[in-house]
Amino acid sequence: MSTTQFLFAGFGGQGILFAGKFAAYKGLTEGKQVSWLPSYGPEMRGGTASCGVIIGDEPVGSPIVSKPDVLIAMNLPSLDRYESAVVPGGMIFLDSTLIERKVKREDVKVYAIPATQLADENGMPTLANMIMMGSILKALDNFNEDSVNAALGKVISARHADMLETNLKALTMGAKFLEG
Amino acid sequence: MSEKVLMKGNEAIAEAAIVAGCRHYFGYPITPQTEIAAYMAKRMPKIGGTFLQAESEIAAINMVYGVASTGHRVMTSSSSPGVSLKSEGISYLAGCDLPAFIVNVQRGGPGLGGIQPSQSDYFQATRGGGHGDYHMIVLAPSSVQEMADLTVKGFELADQYRMPTMILADGTMGQMMEPVSLDIKVKPAPEKPWATTGTKMQRKHNVVNSLLLSPEALERSNFERFERYKIVEENETLYEEYCMEDAEICIAAFGIAARVSKNAINEARSQGIKAGMIRPITLWPFPKKPFAEAANRVKQIISVELSMGQMIEDVQLASGGKVPVTLCNRVGGMIPSPEQVLDAIKAANNGGAK
Repeated sequence: MSTTQFLFAGFGGQGILFAGKFAAYKGLTEGKQVSWLPSYGPEMRGGTASCGVIIGDEPVGSPIVSKPDVLIAMNLPSLDRYESAVVPGGMIFLDSTLIERKVKREDVKVYAIPATQLADENGMPTLANMIMMGSILKALDNFNEDSVNAALGKVISARHADMLETNLKALTMGAKFLEG
Repeated sequence: MSEKVLMKGNEAIAEAAIVAGCRHYFGYPITPQTEIAAYMAKRMPKIGGTFLQAESEIAAINMVYGVASTGHRVMTSSSSPGVSLKSEGISYLAGCDLPAFIVNVQRGGPGLGGIQPSQSDYFQATRGGGHGDYHMIVLAPSSVQEMADLTVKGFELADQYRMPTMILADGTMGQMMEPVSLDIKVKPAPEKPWATTGTKMQRKHNVVNSLLLSPEALERSNFERFERYKIVEENETLYEEYCMEDAEICIAAFGIAARVSKNAINEARSQGIKAGMIRPITLWPFPKKPFAEAANRVKQIISVELSMGQMIEDVQLASGGKVPVTLCNRVGGMIPSPEQVLDAIKAANNGGAK
């Protein structure tokens, strides 16, 4: 697949937009064409948040992701809303700590990651998003440490440089979880 | 800053304005362009510039009017309802032949409307918006890089032709992030002998004023202004052609509608339908020539817009009634899908106008 469309969705405050921005920067550091488009509206912490990220070899046409190849659902409303939109043969990553139901679709690959639980247990309650991201990169066979580090350096401002290591730890944890 | 960074379209406009030498920003917050003001609030104090959040859009455009009179590069930004409020001031800027840079990141209307993307201020931007005979140069970016490039160009053209220029973007272009390089060459600002900078007792007073009570004088100033507009039309029209060499169906689209249409054209081509696109980059002056030429060889032109059909009137005028021109649109903050555009292309290919 020369172009992959990602849809990240969850509660405001879960780091949905941040995870999407990380994915886009990772693509950029690998020389890919990328776009990132957030839903914007009268949203707030605890409301819904989503962003569409497109990463590919060709220049990005429409930045709007209406049929994602990869859906990242960090809460139940997101899965309910976007499950049917995923392309046949696509992937759904869901936070199984917050989503108890099963995915109904049978033509997609499902990855249930207890991201919130892992984050809480490991003292990084705000990084469920990056644990999930680690699993995604692992599943896509794209956990390239150089570009992961480069992208982290871009999305984490110098002021928060102390968070670099924790984010990398979260990503690695997500990747390891998939290895089992 | 030659390395590409990810930036929102709104932020790219703000940083490019600074690159262009703009040190004065006046605005009033409104979704979906508030990042421009936020960026300026952060940056301007650090580089000796002015960021001022005015008490209203009307105040902001009149502050722009003031700074423009002194010859300094100056801007304001807003979204649709706010630009309506600024329209009086824009008319005054045009009437005084002042350079100024204005950004409209459009949202759905009319009235207070919604906050999602729209292109329904096309008439307002290209036909004036304010009162009197005047034009702005209207630039329509279709990527975050163009948001930056056309901002710099907007300041240059404003100075060169002594007229207000406008970026007409939409909520999607403002909110999306794409890689952008801000290593943009800027032409030095021309001399501004008309600017009100203080006579130092060494020259006559410069007067900036749009009141001309003598009909003869006012007519003359209108004629002179439109002579200048003619030069702008001849020299500054910009557009991009996509897959037009052998196209039988021609899409007309700008901004986000052009991005969506590109997907549809690629899909149509893969199904053997010869579709192409003319994408106006300047909406005023409108690229009449490519549409006039296309009208001689295509079966149909489809205007894809986030409005009830505004640019379509310019497309119809330019194509001179030689081919059917149809509309493919969504409004109110909705965006046409590539599938909708593809359906319109297929319908055109199967039987012409519908």
